[in-house]
Amino acid sequence: MRVKLSLIALCLVMAAMLAACGGEAKQDEKNDKKADVETGEVAAPAKLVLGVAGAHSGDLASYGLPTVNAAKLVADKLNADGGVNGAMVEVMPQDDQCKPELATNVATKLLSDDVKVVLGHICSGATKAALPIYLSGKIVVMSPSATNPPLTQSGEYPNFFRTIAPDDAQAALEVSFAKSLGLKKVAIIHDKGDYGKGFASFCKQFIDADPAIEQVLFEGVTPGAVDYSAVVQKIKSSGAEGVIFGGYHPEASKIVTGLRKKGMDMPFMSDDGVKDDTFIKVAGKYAEGVYATGPMDFSNNPLYQEAVAAHKAKFGTDPGPFFPEAYSAALALLNAVKVAGGTDYDKMIDALHTSYVETPVGKIKFDAKGDAEGVGFSVYQVKDGKYVEVK
Amino acid sequence: MEYFLELFMGGLTRGSIYALIALGYTMVYGIIELINFAHGEIYMIGAFTGLIVAGLLTMLGFPTSAILVIAIVCAIVWAAAYGLTIEKMAYRPLRSAPRLSPLISAIGMSIFLQNYVMIAQTSDFLPFPELIPHFDFMDKVGSIMSSAELVIILATVASCVGLTLFIKFTKLGKAMRATAQNRKMAMLVGINVDMVISATFVIGSSLAAVGGVLIASHIGQINYYIGFIAGIKAFTAAVLGGIGSLPGAMLGGLVLGLTEAFATGYVSSDYEDVFAFLLLVLILIFRPSGIMGKEKTQKV
Repeated sequence: MRVKLSLIALCLVMAAMLAACGGEAKQDEKNDKKADVETGEVAAPAKLVLGVAGAHSGDLASYGLPTVNAAKLVADKLNADGGVNGAMVEVMPQDDQCKPELATNVATKLLSDDVKVVLGHICSGATKAALPIYLSGKIVVMSPSATNPPLTQSGEYPNFFRTIAPDDAQAALEVSFAKSLGLKKVAIIHDKGDYGKGFASFCKQFIDADPAIEQVLFEGVTPGAVDYSAVVQKIKSSGAEGVIFGGYHPEASKIVTGLRKKGMDMPFMSDDGVKDDTFIKVAGKYAEGVYATGPMDFSNNPLYQEAVAAHKAKFGTDPGPFFPEAYSAALALLNAVKVAGGTDYDKMIDALHTSYVETPVGKIKFDAKGDAEGVGFSVYQVKDGKYVEVK
Repeated sequence: MEYFLELFMGGLTRGSIYALIALGYTMVYGIIELINFAHGEIYMIGAFTGLIVAGLLTMLGFPTSAILVIAIVCAIVWAAAYGLTIEKMAYRPLRSAPRLSPLISAIGMSIFLQNYVMIAQTSDFLPFPELIPHFDFMDKVGSIMSSAELVIILATVASCVGLTLFIKFTKLGKAMRATAQNRKMAMLVGINVDMVISATFVIGSSLAAVGGVLIASHIGQINYYIGFIAGIKAFTAAVLGGIGSLPGAMLGGLVLGLTEAFATGYVSSDYEDVFAFLLLVLILIFRPSGIMGKEKTQKV
């Protein structure tokens, strides 16, 4: 009984505290408005509102909140230097919980608030749902994390840009790398999983579309099977000159070991699921010479280091996922406003396509479809027990 | 033709491993009518023991073939100890319980052992040294069959022959057959049934350990989870051959391994498991007690 009573008391106290907080916030708002009115006569400094849409609550919030932090840091940095064309940047976060139906609400809200530039959304599904509304309102949108390929490649949304490489960028790089090795026939093997098979299917698409290179085998293997000797024999008899593998390192090391033991030393190329030191540890000497694509390493970029340091100073923690991409996107968007001399839609779009901007993920501008040029993946090769970038 | 032979040898190797594990399933089932789901984990523990012993001996500078033999012997001893302990702790107290209880106990044991190894070792994949030596005389047929495959197949054949002779001609083997036929009668004629059951677990575990070390050395990697899939496949092989029958388990393992190899080679590896289990379904439709299984009146 006493426990119950104290619980109720605790609840009451907490409720009171919440109410108090709410009250304060309201008061602040009032004060703000008063301040606005007072300064209004002295010509209020121009404002540039940067909408930040994404999952800020719910189970995917950890993907969305780093973007809000990034936007705030960029805004602080630019405002300290006098803002963008004299206008102070103001961040306006809008929560979509990564849900398409909430994303359309967010887009409508931003449109009615006359926001001209939006950083977001976080999830591909939400982005896709919101884009038509932004397009109708001529709002420029840039996502740090939506990787679904058609978002840019369909060409439907000239107002959409992103600072992350689309899902198929890795496959595109893999195929062009295979071509640069002079391979004419490749076998594509995958692990039947979403990630591995998805990657393998993109590779197949690119290879099928290219007459210079041909795919002679496309097969899935069962992860965890006792051995892959039959698949290895099949690769051999298919006459492939190289193997592309989509999946993770346990299967990759088994297949590569099987191939090498049967005396087949053809190039073995894989994805970032294999670009892992465990692969080298497990496959040992058979890992030598294996190629794997992986995300570009920008940890040495001084701008990246500066952004992370700023995050630590302001929020006291290490930044979360998509932070560098979000930081870069905010910089790119605000730079476009600066170059365009205002928030004119056509001028901003033009600026994004033509003027380079230095960001934590490198010096970027955007291609005709809206994907950032020069971000994404590089090819690595195992040399002396380490992954080394292939130039 | 060469392609066919390559697939055949690959399938035979895989089938041999299935057969070695399936023998453990079928022997235990034959005697106490229990599906020992923890058997796959014994195979995994055998492989881990092999890895640890091999690591130690490599540091001490032993030659590879000596390491292989010592690793297998240590794996056998260790896995047999595990088999014995599992039987004592998880199955013996439930000897007179309803049939479902030891089955649940077996599943629990399997989960326990997996997680135990995961915590005690690691959840990552570990490299397994190539212990099986490379024979020069195999170079000529190297593309069809490697030295490792030859060793695995020979070791399996030797184990199966040894086991058959043991069951046929030794006193303990005779006691096992008697216990399998009728436990109560065996007890009445003075056979120490508990001892026979323990011996069955020891033998089954030893065979699984041999398989574990050999295949791990051939593939070059292990983790705590390898016992699960190998166990399921070996169990399938045992049912395919007729659970309770020794030659059935050997045959079932080989048939399953070859089916998978040919399904991969001539159709697609996407359908490897489809063909394996399709075969199981077909055989069970036409021969409900498996290829070599005997029709038995159902004990209720």
